[in-house]
Amino acid sequence: MENQNPKIGEKMVDKTTIIVHSGDTDKLYSALIIGDGALAMGMESTMFFTFWGLERLKKDELDKGPISKMSRSMFDSQLKKANVDTLEKLITDYKELGGKIIACDMTMEIMGIKKEELNQELIDEYGAIGTYIHEARESKINLFI
Amino acid sequence: MVNKVIKVDVTDKTCPGPLVEVRKILNKASPGDIVEVTGKHSVSKKEIPMVAEGMGLEVIDTQEKDGKWKIKIQR
Repeated sequence: MENQNPKIGEKMVDKTTIIVHSGDTDKLYSALIIGDGALAMGMESTMFFTFWGLERLKKDELDKGPISKMSRSMFDSQLKKANVDTLEKLITDYKELGGKIIACDMTMEIMGIKKEELNQELIDEYGAIGTYIHEARESKINLFI
Repeated sequence: MVNKVIKVDVTDKTCPGPLVEVRKILNKASPGDIVEVTGKHSVSKKEIPMVAEGMGLEVIDTQEKDGKWKIKIQR
């Protein structure tokens, strides 16, 4: 019988998992570009935001992180010149393509971050190491950024 | 059923924009539709067919002229 709602012919659905530990803006670009790229290429993707990375999921904090080795104005102008999407656009695309985001519950306790402070509409799950390993044990690509 | 041709221009987009846009359009297209992608980044020209391949779809035509390319993918 024909599948009424077929996956689009993917031969394999592999997964990319990324631990987003750094809250630096440039590293967040790397993480989201990889996440979006994985989804576009037909993989599943899970991003686990922990420590300084989790700070970026606070309301209005996505693009407020420090930048290594370059001034913010230089960084912004270089990215604009190259037509790179904003972090806001990258994370919106990530969610639109079905990317999953886990917020580290332990980090919330350590840093005293409350759910209300976070962009809850981006977060699929609140979890700790067990949740992460559960996601990562079956993934083909696993990164710590 | 008439197959639609859906055009998408990724000329001004850079990594990972072209792949993301193509994926979104392919997700929304109906089986049989043709997605026609135009752009100028040579890396995207190489990588867009990888998106199609991952989805089990076929690139039915690729053209290049004056640094601009056009890739047709059948959904």
